[in-house]
Amino acid sequence: MSVVVLVEVEEGRASLVSRETLTFARSLGAGPLHALVVGTVPEGVVSDCREHGVEVVHEAADPVLEQYAAAAWAALVEAAGRAARADLVIAPGTGRGNEVLAHVAARRGLRMAANVVAVESLNPLVVQRQFVGGAALERTSVPSRVRLITMAGHAVDPSPADAPGEARVSPLAVDIDPKDLRAQVARVEKREGGDTSGLSSAKVVVGAGRGAGGPEGFATVDALAERLGGAVGVSRVVTSLGWRPHHEQVGQTGSRIAPDLYLACGISGSIQHWAGCASSQTIIAVNTDPDAPMVTKADYAVIGDMHEVLPAVLEELG
Amino acid sequence: MTNVLVCVKRVPDPTGEVVLTADGMRVDGRYAGYATSPHEEAAVALAAQLVEDGEGTVTVLSVGTEDSVEQIRAGIAVGATDGILVEADPDELGPADVADAIAEAVRAREAAGTSYQLVLLGNDAADTGDFQVGVRLAYLLDRPVAAGIQTVAVDDGVATLRGEGPEGTEVYEVALPCVVTVMEGGVTPRYPSVKGRMRAKKAEVERMPWSGAAVGSGREALSVPEPPPSQVSVLGEGAAAAPALVAVLRELKVVTG
Repeated sequence: MSVVVLVEVEEGRASLVSRETLTFARSLGAGPLHALVVGTVPEGVVSDCREHGVEVVHEAADPVLEQYAAAAWAALVEAAGRAARADLVIAPGTGRGNEVLAHVAARRGLRMAANVVAVESLNPLVVQRQFVGGAALERTSVPSRVRLITMAGHAVDPSPADAPGEARVSPLAVDIDPKDLRAQVARVEKREGGDTSGLSSAKVVVGAGRGAGGPEGFATVDALAERLGGAVGVSRVVTSLGWRPHHEQVGQTGSRIAPDLYLACGISGSIQHWAGCASSQTIIAVNTDPDAPMVTKADYAVIGDMHEVLPAVLEELG
Repeated sequence: MTNVLVCVKRVPDPTGEVVLTADGMRVDGRYAGYATSPHEEAAVALAAQLVEDGEGTVTVLSVGTEDSVEQIRAGIAVGATDGILVEADPDELGPADVADAIAEAVRAREAAGTSYQLVLLGNDAADTGDFQVGVRLAYLLDRPVAAGIQTVAVDDGVATLRGEGPEGTEVYEVALPCVVTVMEGGVTPRYPSVKGRMRAKKAEVERMPWSGAAVGSGREALSVPEPPPSQVSVLGEGAAAAPALVAVLRELKVVTG
């Protein structure tokens, strides 16, 4: 038996969460590792797969799949599962990963466990998974013949295999049922005014919350993010008040980030927000309240008003 | 005319501290209170927006105990027409059960003469986070489904759906009837007016039993990881702390020079 991992492509490489998922899948020792990639597999993805110990890369390059359609992707997962004789399928716990595996589960009458952080037993499958966005954990059994799980983002660090895999690219021919294209992306509207979609993979994130005081309170936040070559992330209250767009939101109902540095300014650090930023390597909090959860959970803190601290930091940076 | 069904879940207030019941099997919401799961709050607002011009109806459905009527009425207070409570103990149910209970209610309403062209659910519940009820429901109803949607427009039997994808806003055009799972961010949440509250109090909430047999969630236990003791190093206060903060940035090599 073997394991199939859905690998998502980002700028010609296996995405960070996909590499984490491959690392995790390998650590289970549940059989040879197969990857499924939708679209022509870029060379960078083949080498990522090789490095992570993948034996076979199933390439689903049907032009009809140029635009995303979850049901069709699910058909591909089923086909790759058959080709690999897999009894364990793992997808990254991303929007797509969760959606596609939910389709597979519904089509096959299987259970699925979303956002798993650890496997306690493989047979029968018992996992720990995120509950309330990771504020709690659920120990749950997944009694299915074929086991479907998605891997919570940033629960493990990606690391190469001791011995590289063969990463043999194998074309996966699937006749896509038109029914599976009833809900397919018709077009993608690129974001205007810079790319903030890189938030979840940014190395530096400058965050701001209610303490920004209003939409005009973000000038220094934007300036500092630019100075540090990072992205801007905001708390839920900021998007609820319409100060900033939702795609900048960090938290349970926004992006999950794992930067080297998260500089959280004027953010109290609710459970919801923490669920999205807990995987940051280093956290610096700037807050007027020394008892705010963001401050007590941070590595470093400056006690004070972000509107006084940030301009001084920018000046200090020159 | 579009009839919209919005499925909402009563969850322990997700902004509150997570406290477990003594048996460790549930989140105890007695202290934090309960709320409508955030993505579903957005779904209610989208549905209310769709029928604002007076064409069509919005029905709010919840699978749960009598307590969930509070969330159903909250939906009616911000613009929905009526409500359905599918009576079941949510702690006994897994995502496949919830989907089955909703499908049964949709069929029952259809048999009674009301068909829903659009069924909206939250993308994932704030507590269980299973990410699959909407998709399972779509297969039970044999309808197309799009997930992670933030805005919905309906024209001539086609729903135009927008959501954030990895490379920008993804636009779907899906023929009705369909199922849509909603993520917050595309619509401003609605707050009830006094008139809305009054209407919600009087509105009819139909009780329906669920005839299915629960397969359950597979839950064995919940736990709340102990937060590590604070190890924060306070660099100083106010603007005077800027040099110390910049020194840390240099140490972390996020700035050079």
